[in-house]
Amino acid sequence: MPNWIASFPDTIKINIATPIDNFVEYINVNWRPFFDGIKTGLLGLLNGVYAVVEFIPWWLLIAIVFALTWLLMKKPLRAVLYAVLMLLIGILGLWSYMQLTLSIVIAAVLMAIIIGFPIGVLVSTSNHANALVRPILDTMQTMPSFVYLIPAVMLLGIGNVPAIIATTIYAIPPVIRMTNHGIRHVDKEVVEAAQSFGSTRWQTLVKVQIPQAMPTIMAGLNQTIMMALSMVVTCSLIGARGLGHEVVIGINRLEIGRGFTAGLCVVILAVIIDRLTQGIYKTEAGDDHGKG
Amino acid sequence: MARDKDIVLEVKNLYKLYGVNRNAAMELLKKGAGRSEVLKQTGVTAAVNNVSFEVERGKIFVLIGLSGSGKSTVVRCINMLQNPTAGSILFEGQDVRKLKKKELLDFRRHKVSMVFQNYGLMSHRDVLGNVAYGLEVRGVPREEREARAHEIIDMVGLSGWEKKNPSELSGGMRQRVGIARALANDPDVLLMDEPFSALDPLVRRDMQFELLTIQRKMNKTILFITHDIDEAFKLGDRIGIMRDGQLIQVGTAEEMTSNPADEYVRDFIDSADRSRVFCAKNVMETPSSLIRVSDGATKALSAMRRSGVSSSYVIDEKMVLVGILTLEDAMKAKAENTPIAQYIIQDIERVAPDALLADIMPQAARTRFPLAVVDSEGHLEGIISKAAVLSSLT
Repeated sequence: MPNWIASFPDTIKINIATPIDNFVEYINVNWRPFFDGIKTGLLGLLNGVYAVVEFIPWWLLIAIVFALTWLLMKKPLRAVLYAVLMLLIGILGLWSYMQLTLSIVIAAVLMAIIIGFPIGVLVSTSNHANALVRPILDTMQTMPSFVYLIPAVMLLGIGNVPAIIATTIYAIPPVIRMTNHGIRHVDKEVVEAAQSFGSTRWQTLVKVQIPQAMPTIMAGLNQTIMMALSMVVTCSLIGARGLGHEVVIGINRLEIGRGFTAGLCVVILAVIIDRLTQGIYKTEAGDDHGKG
Repeated sequence: MARDKDIVLEVKNLYKLYGVNRNAAMELLKKGAGRSEVLKQTGVTAAVNNVSFEVERGKIFVLIGLSGSGKSTVVRCINMLQNPTAGSILFEGQDVRKLKKKELLDFRRHKVSMVFQNYGLMSHRDVLGNVAYGLEVRGVPREEREARAHEIIDMVGLSGWEKKNPSELSGGMRQRVGIARALANDPDVLLMDEPFSALDPLVRRDMQFELLTIQRKMNKTILFITHDIDEAFKLGDRIGIMRDGQLIQVGTAEEMTSNPADEYVRDFIDSADRSRVFCAKNVMETPSSLIRVSDGATKALSAMRRSGVSSSYVIDEKMVLVGILTLEDAMKAKAENTPIAQYIIQDIERVAPDALLADIMPQAARTRFPLAVVDSEGHLEGIISKAAVLSSLT
C-alpha cells in the first residue's frame, strides 16, 4: 500500500505561517511611526479613563452602583446586594486592581463603539458591505481569543495598550452585528413614513432608524462589554495589569487562593456591569413594547 | 361637463412588476396575458397591471380590493416609495416619475402625505414630536412647527396627550396621531393606506365620520385604500375596484351597485350593506292614487277604489304634501257631507330623497302607512312601502 493513502502526502504542502510572519514583520519595520502613533493615542485614552476612575472615591463608586441599580431595576434589595459585592472587592484588597481592569475594559469598549458603530451603520445601508463584513465577523467570532494576542504583541509590544487592541478586536463583532441588525429591522412602515414626509437618507438614519434601533444596539453593547471583560485574564498574558494579572500570578505560583480571589472579583464586576447595562436597554425596550 | 373637472392626480397606464425578466413580462402583459400566465412564463409578478384613474380636487377616491390586489403598491407609487416599472403619475400635470431627487423630496414635503395601516409612528418620539416630524425635516423652526402641531393635535381631539408616547395610546388615538402628522404638512393630497383596518368596528365608524368632517373642513383630496366595501361606499366620492393588479371598474357607489362591470364586482358589492348605498329615491315608487285637498269625499273614494288602496296621500295645488286620508275617514266625510280637510292625518312620516335606507329603517318600521318622500320644499316625490325597504336589501 502506498504511503500517501495511509497518511496525508508530504508533497502537498502550503506554508502560510511564514508569509504571515513576514507580513507582520514587514509592517512592524516599515509602519513603525503609525503603530507608535496608535500606541500613544491608546495610552492617552487609557490614562484619561484611568484618571477618571481613580478620581472617583470608593464610597462614591459604591453609591453610584447602588443608585443605578435602584433606579434602573427598581429593586432595592438587589441594589444593596451589588453595593455589598462592590464593598467585598475592596475588603479582599483588590480595589486598585479592579480600577485598572475597569479602565482597560472601558477604554476597549469605547474603541469598539467608535470603530464598530459606524461600521454597523454602513453595513446596514449597503448589502454589498454586509456581504463583505459578515464573513469577517464570523471568522473573528470563531477565532480563539488567544490568536489576537500575537499580532498585538508583535506590533505594539507588551503592556496595557496591546491588551486594549486585542480586547477591542475580540469584542467588536456584537456592536457591528447588532447595530446592523437593529437598523435593518426597524418597522418598515416607520421607515416608509419617514421617507414619505421627504426625509433625506441622512435624516431617516439619524432621526428615525438609529433611535428606533437603540434597544438592539444597546443589547449589542452589553455583549461587547461582557466579551471585553472575558478578555481580562487572557490579556494579562501579554502584560496587562489588574485583576487578570493576579489570576495569572496565582496560576504561575500555584497560589490557588490568590487566583481564586481575583477571579471572584472579575465575576463580581462582570455581573454588576451586565445587569446595569441590561437594565438600561430593557427600560428603553420596555417603552416600545410594554404597554401596547 | 366632463372636461371642466379639476384633476389633481392622474395615474396613466401604471405598471409595477417584480422580478428579473421584466421586459418580457411587459410584452406579454401588453398582449393581454393574465397575471398567472405571466408569472408562469417569466417568473415576474405583476403587482400593478395597467392601472389608470383620475382623482378630482377636494374629493375622496377609494381604491378597494382584496389583499394582494396591488392597491397598496399603487398608492406607494404615487409618492415614489415604490418605483413604478412603467406608466406615468401626473400631479397637477407634472410627472412625478420625472422629478429629480431634490424635487421629489420637495414633492413629498409639501404636496403629499401618507397615513399608514399600522400607524407608522415613531416610538422614540412623543405625540408632539411625531406630529411635528414632517415640518422638522422640512426645516421649520421648532417654535413654529410645535405651534402648528399643537393646532392639528387639537383638531383631531388629542389635546392634553402631546407629551405621551404613542405606545400609551389606544389604536384609534394612534391613528389620530398618524392623521395629524399627515395634516400638519398641509398637503394637497392625502394618501391613506388602509388607515382604519387595524381598528375595531366601533372606533372605525367614529374615525370614518371624523375623517369626513376633517375632509369637509380642510377640503383635502384623499386617495383612500381599503378592503372594506362598506367603508368604500361610505367615504368614496368615486371608487375603483382592483383585482390581481388591475383596475376593473371605477365609478360612484350607485353606478357600481346598479351596473357592476362583472361577476367579481357584483360579488364584492353583494357583500356590502346595501342599506348604506341605496337612498330613498332609489326605491320610492309613484303613488297609485293621489287626492287634492280641494277634492270632495266622493271623488276621493272613487280614486281609492279605482286603485284598490285603503289610504291615499293628499296634496295641495302645488304638489305640496298635506297628509293622508284613509278609506274609512273618506266614507265618514261622505256620510256627514263635510270637506275631507278635517279628516286628513297630518302627522305622518316624511323622509328626504337622499336619506340612506339604513337611516329610514326605524321610521318605516314605526309607521302604519308608506313613507312619504318629500323634497326640501315639501313636494311629494314618491312613496316607499315597508315591503320596498325590505326587498331592496336582499
